[in-house]
Amino acid sequence: MTDDILQQAASWRADGRKVAIATVVSTWGSSPRPVGSQMAVDDSGSMIGSVSGGCIEGAVVDEARKAMADGEPRLMSFGVSNELAWEVGLACGGKVQVYVEAVE
Amino acid sequence: MKTDLLGRLLAAKASGTPVALVTDLTSGLQTLVFEDAIHGSFGLEEEQLAEVRERLRQDRSGLIGDLEDEDSPRLFVHAHNPPLRLLIVGAVHIAQPLAPIAVLTGYAVTVIDPRGSFATAERFPGVALVDAWPDEALADLKIDSRTAIVTLTHDPKLDDPALMTALRSPAFYVGSLGSKRTHAKRVERLTQEGLTGDELARLHAPVGLDIGAVTPAEIAISVMAQITAVRRKGRTA
Repeated sequence: MTDDILQQAASWRADGRKVAIATVVSTWGSSPRPVGSQMAVDDSGSMIGSVSGGCIEGAVVDEARKAMADGEPRLMSFGVSNELAWEVGLACGGKVQVYVEAVE
Repeated sequence: MKTDLLGRLLAAKASGTPVALVTDLTSGLQTLVFEDAIHGSFGLEEEQLAEVRERLRQDRSGLIGDLEDEDSPRLFVHAHNPPLRLLIVGAVHIAQPLAPIAVLTGYAVTVIDPRGSFATAERFPGVALVDAWPDEALADLKIDSRTAIVTLTHDPKLDDPALMTALRSPAFYVGSLGSKRTHAKRVERLTQEGLTGDELARLHAPVGLDIGAVTPAEIAISVMAQITAVRRKGRTA
């Protein structure tokens, strides 16, 4: 699965699109996707892969766009203590850290 | 991530070479760590390098470094290993649902059956098929510790040579279809062929977790569940 995601990222890049990759780097408690899970996003909003059960992908895409714009990688944390997590609904009660980086 | 580093990572994966991508989460710098080389924008201390390679061998991605200490570099190790493989001996009815279930679970699947009318692309669309004898086929496929092997033919002519090879290989799982009575006879034959008690103890038979499976698809699910349990929880499953 990871192969498809990285290959898609490389192929978008080869087409001249801006691309960012998000990776789950740590989890606590019951989180829906294991460490190493990835998604790739391009500048038109196309995406492949996942870093949760669908609850935080929207927020990750927003950060991915910022990373594409300024080239700075970001570390995002989601969890029960995080207001954003409630907003975007990480209902499983777990915590997850996602690293977002542009491909350049 | 640099585009050329992504290219190198994908090339390593395409050639089946184990590689870890190490990211310094503070600076964003990245380095590829191979079994015998490193390539990238920062070096690693010997201790860290050993930890990265150990994680690569165990296929365990995660953070390393002192996570409590704010000043300590936080490194993320992403292990990229060749895919897990499931080698199915016997292009029989149960193999037909087992192959796609294994693919969905993340395994590269090969079906081995020297009987040409069984192993056809029509019955196994998109699956690698080998029509050699099972022992020769398994020798060619270079069994490693990320390989699971299941024999499904019920036919000692095909299953036995496969098991002789499989049970002496580094495969993490070997299972064989057949009732308890079939299995008892098989143990007798394989003992006569020279397999030791320890080698035979590795064999999961009757194959699959006991979930009361009846149909081919249900049996395939029980087999895939057992392979998963052995991979995730160790050999007690």
